[in-house]
Amino acid sequence: MPKSKQDAYQEFIKGLWRDNPVFVQVLGMCPMLAVTNSAENALAMGGATFFVLVASSFFVASLQRWIPKQVRISTYIIIIATFVTVTDFTLEALVPRLHKELGAFIPLIVANCMILGRQEAFASRNSVRLAVVDALGMASGFLFALLALGSVREILGEGRLLGMDLFSPDFEPWVIMILPPGGFLTLGLLLLFFNWLRERKERLVERLDAWEAQGQ
Amino acid sequence: MRELLWIFVSALLINNFVLAYFLGLCPFLGVSQRLETAFRLGLATVFVMLITALCAWFLNTYILIYAPYLRLISFIVVIASTVQFIEMVIKKLSPALFKALGIFLPLITTNCAILGLAIFSTNKGYGLVEGLIYALGAGLGFTLALVLMAGLRQESELAPVPRLIRGTAMNLIIAGILSMAFMGFAGLFSAS
Repeated sequence: MPKSKQDAYQEFIKGLWRDNPVFVQVLGMCPMLAVTNSAENALAMGGATFFVLVASSFFVASLQRWIPKQVRISTYIIIIATFVTVTDFTLEALVPRLHKELGAFIPLIVANCMILGRQEAFASRNSVRLAVVDALGMASGFLFALLALGSVREILGEGRLLGMDLFSPDFEPWVIMILPPGGFLTLGLLLLFFNWLRERKERLVERLDAWEAQGQ
Repeated sequence: MRELLWIFVSALLINNFVLAYFLGLCPFLGVSQRLETAFRLGLATVFVMLITALCAWFLNTYILIYAPYLRLISFIVVIASTVQFIEMVIKKLSPALFKALGIFLPLITTNCAILGLAIFSTNKGYGLVEGLIYALGAGLGFTLALVLMAGLRQESELAPVPRLIRGTAMNLIIAGILSMAFMGFAGLFSAS
């Protein structure tokens, strides 16, 4: 692969997996736990965040030369809030049922620290292309995390996934999973799982190094 | 009167902002190591929430009826600048109060609990008094959750917990159990 293409690929994978905004950086939890009680809601929320993040990264990266340093944070917030308003009204017009279910949490995307963080840390100091790729990666990572949370909670809490029944009628749903405590518990356990994966990988690398050192 | 009490208790316990709506999780997980800091942050939040309720009421009654699409942007801009202004006033008038609460004010201004309060009370159509009571309940509820969490974390620091689970994972699980306990308040008003 040519170098620039490889860079872009690295940026994308970084957001999706290595620096996943939810599981590794633990950012943007506020508007997330409340709406992940089903996979469908998680998809809608993830999609809305996806659009807002990519669009505002594109804007911030293309306008970076004209944004004065002293008021940059306020400028980012206003750009983000504009796109959130657009998303809010669009969802209300196209899918009123979903919009009603997500309720006040769509406007709260503004307060997602992950989005503002990307503008400050990446989009404001990189080319438009890289900024968009980075935003695509981070947004996919966020969508993936939301979907994982939403699916786990829906499968255990209702015995269904995207509205399809998964188990026999004897399955007793764990109602607690779709209630607020389920959100905390599921995210806590998923974080634990990712910590374990990371730890295991580190141990493997260490052992490999020791083995190589022994060989020489 | 009964209506107002219901709004207050509902925001304080039953629909606790942190444990039922997941709002303000960043300070909830980030600033809950020490009991005293948590308490002061909670008080600063109550203060900002009262200002927020005032601003939201003002915007809703006088400006947003003409331009509803500006709701989000104007909430953010007006609340942030009002808090900044009051911060400067406090710094000038009472350095002691500023020292106690001041450092937290910028931290909570762009918090989702603050914005959430403005949006929720707008959606519920609260007037000025109802909005202020709602803000008071939500702020005290936030303080309560934060202080409980800080106490639990101080205790658990000395407990023999596996290294892997320490940190955010354990805090989230503790929060889950707290949230479960708070669900017990849900039946508080239905009987009467």
